[in-house]
Amino acid sequence: MADKGHFSFDGVQLPFLQGQTILQAAADAGHYIPHLCYRPEFPPHGSCKLCSVKANGKFTSACFEPVTEGMKVESETPEIQGYRKRVVQMLFAEGNHYCPFCQQSGNCKLQAVAYHLGMEDTHYAHQYPRRQLDASHPDAMIDYDRCILCELCVRASRDVDHKQVFGVAGRGIEARLLVNSPSGLLGDSRFSITDAAAQVCPVGAIVPKKAAFAVPIGQRRYDTHDIGEELACPPSENKGD
Amino acid sequence: MASPLGQSATLHDIAARHLHARHRLLQMLREVQASRSYVPEEAIQFFAHVLNLPIARVRGCVEFYSFLHTTPRGQFDVYFSDSVTDRMAGSQIVAKRLADRLGVTLGQPRADGRVTVSMTSCTGHCEQAPAGLVNGRVFTRMTEARIEKMASLIEHGVPASEWPAEWFHVDDGIRERGITLDTVIPPGEAIRAALARGLPATLDEVERSGLQGRGGAGFPVGRKWRGAFDTKGTHYITCNADEGEPGTFKDRVLLAKYADELFEGMTIAGLLVGAKKGYVYMRGEYEYMMEGLQTVLAERRAAGLLGENVCESGLDFDLRIHLGAGAYVCGEQSALLESLEGKRGIPRVRPPSAVKIGLFGQSTINNNVESFVQAAQIAWKGADWFSAHGEAKSRGTKLLSIAGDCQRPGIYELPLGTTVREVLARCGGENAKAVQVGGPAGTCVGRAEFDRRVSYADLSTGGSIMVFNDLRDMVDVARQFAHFFAHESCGFCTPCRVGTQMLKHYADKIADGQGTQRDLEQVSSIGEFVKAYSHCGLGETAPNTLLDTIKRFPEEYTSRLLAEADFVPEFDLDASVTESRALTGRHDQLDQIHSD
Repeated sequence: MADKGHFSFDGVQLPFLQGQTILQAAADAGHYIPHLCYRPEFPPHGSCKLCSVKANGKFTSACFEPVTEGMKVESETPEIQGYRKRVVQMLFAEGNHYCPFCQQSGNCKLQAVAYHLGMEDTHYAHQYPRRQLDASHPDAMIDYDRCILCELCVRASRDVDHKQVFGVAGRGIEARLLVNSPSGLLGDSRFSITDAAAQVCPVGAIVPKKAAFAVPIGQRRYDTHDIGEELACPPSENKGD
Repeated sequence: MASPLGQSATLHDIAARHLHARHRLLQMLREVQASRSYVPEEAIQFFAHVLNLPIARVRGCVEFYSFLHTTPRGQFDVYFSDSVTDRMAGSQIVAKRLADRLGVTLGQPRADGRVTVSMTSCTGHCEQAPAGLVNGRVFTRMTEARIEKMASLIEHGVPASEWPAEWFHVDDGIRERGITLDTVIPPGEAIRAALARGLPATLDEVERSGLQGRGGAGFPVGRKWRGAFDTKGTHYITCNADEGEPGTFKDRVLLAKYADELFEGMTIAGLLVGAKKGYVYMRGEYEYMMEGLQTVLAERRAAGLLGENVCESGLDFDLRIHLGAGAYVCGEQSALLESLEGKRGIPRVRPPSAVKIGLFGQSTINNNVESFVQAAQIAWKGADWFSAHGEAKSRGTKLLSIAGDCQRPGIYELPLGTTVREVLARCGGENAKAVQVGGPAGTCVGRAEFDRRVSYADLSTGGSIMVFNDLRDMVDVARQFAHFFAHESCGFCTPCRVGTQMLKHYADKIADGQGTQRDLEQVSSIGEFVKAYSHCGLGETAPNTLLDTIKRFPEEYTSRLLAEADFVPEFDLDASVTESRALTGRHDQLDQIHSD
């Protein structure tokens, strides 16, 4: 049996099991820490930085930082929530996100986190990148405009589907999601709509075809509740929509 | 494969020469780039096939490194170093002159495939600027007169190997020697001294010396070695010879003149922890030293200092050199390990540290070139010899590479704790108004702070010292550094990937005289955010020079802000409607947005 301990989370004493990360321990105790590139079934990635907290006075990512006995974690301070809003605003400014007419609207975690953090504008000048859309696959399409490089699809395809359909290329602002086929097109890859990789995209970058408005906007997942309320649900029931 | 048999066979040869080892992918891609001026799609698919890697992995690697290209570059591939001190020496002028003479646009290959002229991040020859690379060979002290001749040689297709030898001359640049540069170890003597003392006792000696990592971060070398010593399992030794920090060139000198000491230090570390293999990860810009280093390695193998039964110790240890391909982030320890494994150089998550889980998932000692050299000297001469220099919390001497506005640029070995004022007196930089200590990632100090010390306790540096006099525009310096970081960000984490772009944007807006007070506040706010939230040291330090210069040279910023405007849009409204104005034929007064 794993050793138990306690740590301070925004001034509240919470229990943790030896080896747990801050995010896991907080989630088990019903505390939501915003995140986009994290899913409990995959190893932490630490790229979105949304889950950053202050642990014993130092900024770190809650998704990979292990909890230690007596650790003092700050999460919902005005400073940190302000920084988190900056992360989301930067993601909105970096890509091309058209919430009003994105088919993922209402189910999109980026949008939901933005609501949760009270984001009312994108603050920064939009970069309007020019990215190609890939509609070559019969059952799904990739809208690269909305990709936030969380690599959930990369991990799902590699670790669950054992297909390695996705990768990342380039550097800096040129970094881009890549499909693992000679042509670079999804239609020429081994991707299937039943893949785990088809289900994990937290935004509207990888979306199924012919299912866009099965649930009307207004009745979708985050139209009905705040993303911060989800944490009490076990992760496995949290999958997909 | 549809390609001609000959080309296919060549790719085969490259893969075979590298034993089809996946971790040598970057070395294979470098060879393809060198022989064909780019990495064609055919090569990407070939390596993916023979190494059993996803195509995306190979393509991702090619697109990550600056010196690898997916489209042809030209028979002559010329890069000019774009470090700020190279610029001060006229690098942009000579680059433009060459481009004009050859009729090319910077960064674009000429239509006939003859040549490309580009700028690249610092090539590590700042004291002999303007410097650069042609087909992987380093040239120094480029002048406009030489450019005329170079253009003609290129037009006539004369191979770079037949160009005037003096263009490729590299001085060692040593101006002042201290205990490190004065201590030349007869090959094998430090290893034998370590074995005679006993390896655990040598570890004690390295710990007792107080040697801290000479790459800049300053982690105690002895403690790192102890950590690996206490970790069971397979071990590796890696040397960080990436030296990508603009303005640093001291490892270049050590690699060229003190290779034996470096290999000796790595070997001692290897024997100590029971590692069988070590790797020197050397930046691609230093490829011209490869032959000399291979010769030293061969001599050491022949002398029984590498390979099986090193110095009759009963232990085996050997070394390989891997080359980078133009990525500053690979100087970050965990990114370096990723790159050594043949991947994109993306910094890993920490913990665990590399000492626990490093190269190929095994315990790894990774140190800077200077650290290994000094560790070897400590093993030979003892801890007291070393720690008699420096100050209480920063023992020993430090190699500083000094460039910019000073009379005697070059390498200076000085005790840690030397003041900036003393450094300036040594190099003839008394007229400085600002000194950038530690490169763009370091600290920029003004005259009021010249009594501060170069040490781990105060102004830490991997070795870069850049001197700026009163004529220099600090806003422009900071802008150039902002461009550098935006170019070198690996793109993994949001704050760095997006934040460095935004910092670049605002630095340009302000430097171009289009900035407002609000934009200056944006720089500070984004800068603090990027520092706090980035995944690795690159992002954590990327905003430093902007923030430092805003604080220390505020008048240089405020004097070019638009005083009357509180806000200037991010785009030119007039320019944006030009097309629709032309289509509709509207040219009336009401349509003129900026008519006042």
